[in-house]
Amino acid sequence: MRTTAQILEAINAEHGSGDSLPGLLCADCSAFMDLSGSGMALINESGHQGVIGASGPLAAQLEDLQFELGEGPSLDASRSNSPVVHPDLSAAAVLPWLGFGPAAVAAGVRAVFALPLQVGTTPLGALCLYRATPGRWDDEGTATAMAYADAAVEVLLLLQAQTEPGSALHPELDEPVTYRAEVHQATGYLSVQASVGLAEALLLLRAHAFASDRPLLQIARDVLAGRLRIQPEEGEDD
Amino acid sequence: MTTEQRLTQVFVELADTLVDEFDALDFLSTLTERSVELLHADAAGVILNDMRGSLHVVASTSDRAKVLELFELQNDEGPCLDCFNSGRAVVNVGLSEARSRWPRFSVAAADVGYQSAHAIPLRLRDSVIGAMNLFSSAVVELTPDDVALGQALADIATIGLLQERAVRQSGLIAEQLQTALNSRVLIEQAKGVLLASSGVDVDRAFQLMRDYSRSHNEPVKEVARRVIERELAADDLRHP
Repeated sequence: MRTTAQILEAINAEHGSGDSLPGLLCADCSAFMDLSGSGMALINESGHQGVIGASGPLAAQLEDLQFELGEGPSLDASRSNSPVVHPDLSAAAVLPWLGFGPAAVAAGVRAVFALPLQVGTTPLGALCLYRATPGRWDDEGTATAMAYADAAVEVLLLLQAQTEPGSALHPELDEPVTYRAEVHQATGYLSVQASVGLAEALLLLRAHAFASDRPLLQIARDVLAGRLRIQPEEGEDD
Repeated sequence: MTTEQRLTQVFVELADTLVDEFDALDFLSTLTERSVELLHADAAGVILNDMRGSLHVVASTSDRAKVLELFELQNDEGPCLDCFNSGRAVVNVGLSEARSRWPRFSVAAADVGYQSAHAIPLRLRDSVIGAMNLFSSAVVELTPDDVALGQALADIATIGLLQERAVRQSGLIAEQLQTALNSRVLIEQAKGVLLASSGVDVDRAFQLMRDYSRSHNEPVKEVARRVIERELAADDLRHP
C-alpha cells in the first residue's frame, strides 16, 4: 500500500530530471503496481483533450489511441465520474470498446482500470492502469490505485496553481494540446466546410482516420491543406 | 454519564462531521454548542480574523443582536483582540481587571448579563486565524484542564476551517484549469473556422482575434466563441 503523500514525495524527489510530474507519476504507478503501463489524460466535457503522461511506449500508444478514437476506459471513467474496470479483455465475447479493445488486447493488455480525476463537479481527466495479467484488483490494489488518482489530481492542481489566474494552461499541461492543435483547427475547418457542429466535425475526422487507418493528426493536416475533403455520410440517421 | 464518556462522545461527533458531507457552518455551530456545554458557558462564538485584520463572527450559539455586538466590539478591545495579539488564551480575567483593561467591552458584556468572558486562540503553527469566545452569566474560573479542553476544541475548529478552505481553493484551481483548457481548444477551433471561411492562415487568424480582443477589451476566448458561432467573420475582425 502506498499513500498519496508518499507518492507525491517520491515523484517530487525525481522532479527536475527533465521529466514532467504527470510522467513521473505514471512511471512510479506502473513500477509500484507491477503494471504494463499507466497513463494520464486531460479530459473535459467535450472529450479527450490530450495525453499528459505515460509510463512508457505501451501506455503512450494506448493513451494516444483513446484520443485518436475518442473512446476507451479513461473517457468512460471521466464521463461517469466513477472508476471503470475491465478485468479480462481477452475473455470478453464483446469488447466494450470497438476500436480500443482489440488494440489493447493486441498490445498484450488483459486488464484495465481507469480512474476519474475530478474536483467537486469539475472533470479534469483520468488515470488509466494497463496490466498484462487478467483479474480484478484486490482491495489493497484498489486503494493504491485510488491513492495514485488522488496524487494525480494534486499534481494537476499543483501545476495549474503555478500559473496566474485567468491566464493560460501550465506548460506541462499545454504541451499535449499544442501537439494536437491541428486536430482542433481541422475540427473548426471541417465544421465550416461540411456545415456541421464541432462535435460532429471531430467525429468525422476520427471516423476517417479509423477507416483509413491513418493517424488523426495526419488527417487533420490534410484537411487543413485542402488535400482532403470529408463529407458527412448520406443516410446517417440509422 | 461521566465527563470522560461525554467528552469521548463529543469528539466522536465532531470527527464524524469532519468526514461526512462537510459543511463548515454546521460544524462550527455544533462545536460552539458543545463548548458551551463542556466549559460551563452560556454563549460561545467563533471569530475569525480576515486578511485585512478585522474580526468576523462565523458561528454563535446566540443570535441575540446584543451578543453579536459583543463579538464585533472586540475589533477595538476585549479578550478576543488580546488573544489575537498575544496568540494565547485569555481566561479568568477578574471583573475589576476587566473593567480597567476593556472599559467599553465590560460595560457592554454586563449589559447583556455576562460576568465572565474567555478567548481561546484558533492556532495554525505560529499564526492565529481566529478565536473561540465564551461568555457566562456567572463568574466562572476555568481550571487548567478546562483550558486544555477548550484549546482541543479550538484546534478541531481550526482543522475544520482549514479543510473547508483547502476544498474551496482546489475547486477554484480546478475551474481555472478547465477554463484555460476550454479556451485553448476554442481558439484553435476558431483558427480553423477562419481558415475555412476566409482563407486566413492560422497564425494570421490568431493575430486578428488577439487584436480584436485588445481593441474591444473582450477576452480572446470570447472572440473565438463568437467566430465559431459565426457572429464574427474575418472582415469584422479586420475592420472593427
